[in-house]
Amino acid sequence: MATGILVLVEHQDGRPKKTAFELLSKATELDVGPVMAAVIGGTGLDLTAELASYGATKVFYATGDSLDLPQAGPWARALEAVVKAADPRTVVAASSVIAKDIMPVVAARFKAGMASECTELAADGDRLTARRPVYAGKAIVDVAIPEGIQFFTTRPNSFAVGTPDASRTAEVVKVEGELCDGDGRAKVVEVIKAETATVDLTEADRIVAAGRAIGSADNFKVIQDVAAPIGASIGASRAAVDAGYAPHDWQVGQTGKTVNPTLYIAFGISGAIQHVAGMRSSKVIVAVNKDPDAPIFQIADYGIVGDLFQAAPMMAEEFKKVVG
Amino acid sequence: MDILVCIKNVPDTSAEEIEIADDGTDIVRDDLVYTVNEWDNYAVEEAIRIRDRVGGSVSVVTVGSEEDEEALRREIAMGADAGFLLSDPAFEGSDGAGIASILEAFVRKHPVDLVLTGAQADDEAGQVGGMLAARLHLPFASLVNRIDIREDRLTVEREVDGGNVEVVDIALPCVLSIQTGINEPRYVGIRGIRKAAAVHIPVLGAAELEIDPAEVGRRGARVLLESLFVPAQGEGAVMLEGSLGQQVAQLAAALKTQGVIR
Repeated sequence: MATGILVLVEHQDGRPKKTAFELLSKATELDVGPVMAAVIGGTGLDLTAELASYGATKVFYATGDSLDLPQAGPWARALEAVVKAADPRTVVAASSVIAKDIMPVVAARFKAGMASECTELAADGDRLTARRPVYAGKAIVDVAIPEGIQFFTTRPNSFAVGTPDASRTAEVVKVEGELCDGDGRAKVVEVIKAETATVDLTEADRIVAAGRAIGSADNFKVIQDVAAPIGASIGASRAAVDAGYAPHDWQVGQTGKTVNPTLYIAFGISGAIQHVAGMRSSKVIVAVNKDPDAPIFQIADYGIVGDLFQAAPMMAEEFKKVVG
Repeated sequence: MDILVCIKNVPDTSAEEIEIADDGTDIVRDDLVYTVNEWDNYAVEEAIRIRDRVGGSVSVVTVGSEEDEEALRREIAMGADAGFLLSDPAFEGSDGAGIASILEAFVRKHPVDLVLTGAQADDEAGQVGGMLAARLHLPFASLVNRIDIREDRLTVEREVDGGNVEVVDIALPCVLSIQTGINEPRYVGIRGIRKAAAVHIPVLGAAELEIDPAEVGRRGARVLLESLFVPAQGEGAVMLEGSLGQQVAQLAAALKTQGVIR
């Protein structure tokens, strides 16, 4: 009888990503059977104590040469093997790039249902309900997957990280089996690193973004000055990206990244649905705009009517003072 | 190279407020204008460019009803060679897995070298491409923003975490989901629209596709809707007052107190 929740643990530089702790904490809180963790790749990696402290009672490791880089084919096979070994009712992963690759593939192999980009999970007995935005966030659905395995991806920062308890332990299971596709039909040949290493916007806890009003790529310097003291990542509206002021991977919005930070500061962004769809679930939204009627003020928590080139340097100074 | 692009006709909700229908299972669609899902236009554009470079054909396919034929014609006007409408009362209410299995049945009858989908559509799930690839036992790459062709393989680039770019070598046939920004979709001219109006679009149902009606549609759906609602409107921003300097100082203090900056 399939029971419990299996969390796909993503790791970077030998450490679990924060999303792993969020998901383990949520899975523990839901209390619908054993909480299990799947660690794929990272030969020799031992995350058991840390994952156990956040609630995992079983940690499954799938390792192999083809698994060290997150790549779709081998990782999907590995997750499939772990799901077979763990026999969970629920498989959950953060909606990261690798999860977008492998969760639909693995769900289809089990002929299972999947709900993507969820922002909340709730338990009613052992039945889970997932909440997710649709139509650019203009509507919300609650869905359930009553039969078979249920696959969910959830947005980073959706769940609070619980308090770790170092006294908890977990059983270790090594998963063997045919872990890679083996046919070489798809393989990652290279990862070209971004010029500046930043926290990915989708996982960022704080974001400072600017719209077309920024006027040039160089002017993003004023946005970076606001972001630096509070450790924020930089975002941009589609209009700013289309104008060539910012790279595509900075784009927040429906056709860019969906972000879910604690703090989102929008400079000179009017609040078109295209943009709002990608950031409306941010916990605290600050809007700075010259136009007092800009729609962004309707969804913001704090509004400042003013010119971004005056407000931004002041904010940079003020943040330095307050945080320093 | 024969390329199939899976497209979806979606309500344009950018300008409109959304209302929920009385029975609570769907949005009110009567007044909404439909348009091709934005990501799909990028996929069709990419397919056309590949065909124009190396030869072959571009077909577009959608699962839907009569009204969705317009979407296929729009993409034919863009430059696709053929369109197929997969339509059957039994398909209604399909979840992502159901749509993937209908498309799988079509691809098995009309094999191609390359299948493209948009990275996501109006339901923001982004799962049909991966599910279709798994069902067809084909390799899959998501969020592709560059495609280079090398005989029977492709080199594709994907934007991955932190702005890094992943380069994937992938064999044909395969399934790719396409990210916006891969190209600039062409403008559809009036002449193209006129020409496309005359193209015959075959309609295929469950019988033609040899699909078991119990496996798709509402009956076959694994994901069930429990409720659908419009999120409560916020009260709007607290507009800070005083000089700009005072406003900024108040803001910094408030954020510090709330613990969102530290």
